[in-house]
Amino acid sequence: MSRLRQVFEEGVLAPLVALLVALVAGDLLILAYGQAPGAVWSLLIEGTWGNAYGFGQVLYKATTLTCTGLAVAIGLRAGLFNIGGEGQLAAGGFGAAIMGLWLPSTTPALLAVPLCVGAACVAGGSVGLVPGVLKARFGAHEVIVTIMLNFIVLAFLNWIVSAHLAVPETLHTEGVRAGVLPRLSAMIPAFHGSAANWTLAVVLLAVGATWWFLFRTRSGYELRAVGQQPDAAEYGGIHVGQAWWRAMLMAGALAGLGGVNFVLGYKGYYEDGFAGGAGFLGIAVALVGRNHPVGVLLAALFFATLSQGGLAINALVPKQMVEVLQGIVILAVAMAVPEVRRLVRQAAGRATGRAR
Amino acid sequence: MSETAQAPAVRLTGIDKRFGAVQANRGAAIEVRPGEIHALVGENGAGKSTLMKILSGMLAPDAGTIEVGGRDVTGWSTAQAIAAGVGMVHQHFMLVPTLTVAENVVLGREPVSVGTFDRARALREVEELAEQSGLRVPADRLVADLSVGEAQRVEILKTLYRGARVLLLDEPTAVLSPPEVTELWKVLRRVRDGGATIILITHKLDEVMAVSERITVMRQGETVERLATRDTSPEGIARAMVGRDVALMVQREGAPPAAVPAAGTGLEVRDLVVRGARIPRAVDGISFSVAPGEILGIAGVEGNGQTELLDALAGLREAAGGSIRVGGVDLTTDSVRERGDAGLSHIPEDRHRRGLLLEYSVAENLIFGQQHHFTRRGMLDRAAIDAHAESRIAAYDIRPADARLPVRALSGGNQQKVVIAREMARAFSVLLAAQPTRGVDVGAIEFIHAQLRRARDEGKAILLVSAELREVLALSDRVAVMYGGRLVTVMPRREASEEVLGPWMTGAQRGAVA
Repeated sequence: MSRLRQVFEEGVLAPLVALLVALVAGDLLILAYGQAPGAVWSLLIEGTWGNAYGFGQVLYKATTLTCTGLAVAIGLRAGLFNIGGEGQLAAGGFGAAIMGLWLPSTTPALLAVPLCVGAACVAGGSVGLVPGVLKARFGAHEVIVTIMLNFIVLAFLNWIVSAHLAVPETLHTEGVRAGVLPRLSAMIPAFHGSAANWTLAVVLLAVGATWWFLFRTRSGYELRAVGQQPDAAEYGGIHVGQAWWRAMLMAGALAGLGGVNFVLGYKGYYEDGFAGGAGFLGIAVALVGRNHPVGVLLAALFFATLSQGGLAINALVPKQMVEVLQGIVILAVAMAVPEVRRLVRQAAGRATGRAR
Repeated sequence: MSETAQAPAVRLTGIDKRFGAVQANRGAAIEVRPGEIHALVGENGAGKSTLMKILSGMLAPDAGTIEVGGRDVTGWSTAQAIAAGVGMVHQHFMLVPTLTVAENVVLGREPVSVGTFDRARALREVEELAEQSGLRVPADRLVADLSVGEAQRVEILKTLYRGARVLLLDEPTAVLSPPEVTELWKVLRRVRDGGATIILITHKLDEVMAVSERITVMRQGETVERLATRDTSPEGIARAMVGRDVALMVQREGAPPAAVPAAGTGLEVRDLVVRGARIPRAVDGISFSVAPGEILGIAGVEGNGQTELLDALAGLREAAGGSIRVGGVDLTTDSVRERGDAGLSHIPEDRHRRGLLLEYSVAENLIFGQQHHFTRRGMLDRAAIDAHAESRIAAYDIRPADARLPVRALSGGNQQKVVIAREMARAFSVLLAAQPTRGVDVGAIEFIHAQLRRARDEGKAILLVSAELREVLALSDRVAVMYGGRLVTVMPRREASEEVLGPWMTGAQRGAVA
């Protein structure tokens, strides 16, 4: 009972409060721009959840954000702040593209898709593993290492693509020959034109698997113990360093999986700079999602809605408004969570105080 | 010199201070003459630090008066205390490591010229002060590059720079090596000769004898004795500190004779050396054994290597030398998990830092450290975990009896019961019990002691480490004293008493058995 209440207070109430704050702030922004809030909001909903194309775009964007959000969340569960999602995401996309280019076009999809997805996870995981191992072995701070590694990875990919792999006059590779994931519109024609694709299903599986890993397996139990109290974890016979590098490996693999969405699901090739900040937005997704896989999924949908909705309302207000809203949501969640808990606890304290 | 004509430098009378259920000071009093080194002694928890915090304005007394230099200053603030020349030298250094000595000393009172920090003058002033007081520290060095002893001198300089005439030092030697201690005494005498009054809080009798002129002894929040150092002896002070009329919690009856364990059983430690964070040999080559069916109690003032010893035995800290055997099997280089599986159980001294995952449920905590035994094909066996929790909660009367509650929601006593219920549920032959009843209420203490005795009677070898001398005496079959990283004495329980152990614990009596 009390556990349910705790889940409600921390998991639901805080994001709701944050959403409310963002809504009010948004109203003020819209008013300041001389528009009617109601009209703008309804346009935003209409352009996202209101039609199949918009909704497909939301799903497409949420797919990538779920991956990068999980990558941050799993790091935080182990007590590590993974800022490297951007580089891990790009590396994942590159890995998928290389595998897709390398495989002969006659490879059956049943073999090609897992190979390409696996390559994305391996590539992203390798990038994640570096800060994990440096942390475990030398105590190098993961925030510094992941940030710096973003530059290294992105610059390296930029060089190798532009110098060796790009189709002339472009910054993207040739189209992959195998492993392409069909778009949802192939099955549901209403989605026509939207980038939503079957990567979504793979990512939903990843959400479930991450939840199962964190809360049902011994490794997950140990990983969370390390994140909570490393000294206690050590006492409990857990190899703290090992838990760290494993967490970063998984984080990188999950972010890398996000690269599949663009490369195999949308364009069919690797393009320099495709990550476009989704790796960094994953931090916000994890924060709003309270580091819970299901929360991350919902938060990814929310941020994807804002992002897609920004395009829809561009006629009335500048689309940068939604970026301001994103920032407000992040700030509000960051403040709301401890705030809400403190307020609720105080109220409970007063109630029991009277009972005595 | 007429001592009586002079107003006392400091006089506290009838000080009461209560923290919740704990009466830290009960009519406590101290009178310190100008220009003396005065030792305030007592056991851990006797109320010494509270009394000094009241003097320095950090705490307000519930009752009583504070006089400094004959002036009633009851209820003053720290700022007023500092302005009146009463300065506390902090035990945990409050220095900025990236600044120089001079910059640290003047911090908050920086000499200024034309609106900017006058570095040259700061350096000059600090150098002069260091010269006058004999606190030799290079004023232009970074604090980060100083030794512990030097850092402490900077703390004293800082207090002097603020014009302190009454210096309070709380356990200043806790972090110092013996030569640094000798140096500190020289410095303190010199500062005293310069006209300052010094109050030294300590529970080490050799220090009291070495440096003080008069002594105030506290016990359980009260001032029990005022002595002149030259008229007393370490034995006399120890008696006053412990008190004759202290009742032991439970007397052991018919203690078995000091066991000589058969080789290959119980816990055997040989020549163990462990590095500490500050001291190279925090555990300085000690040997002992604990036989099955025996409790060996290690008494001693905290910080004499007990933590390092326990960490090394448990596998949380590397042994720099020597060997550890459990049931005849050498575990010296084994991991924590391997030791646990080999029959070592461990109640850690700090349940919040080591023993519990506060956000995890009671059920999850009850398997902590043994999670690999509650796993099937990598998955947590939830049915087994719940069944285990149910039986442990019932057997140890953990309240509230809700396995899903986060451990954070439990009281200290029930949290400790979770740790003990878990560690007793292992298949073990050797138990390390560190401060098993710290911060636990009386009822839970009884219960925990009963559990430890039962384990002993079932043939477990138990190493008990406790800062509570009475707990050691209540439970042990043999008693050892740890001082300066060594076991300085081991004796059968019937020969041990607070009076006998006191001098060993404070280092007044020396001689190593190990």
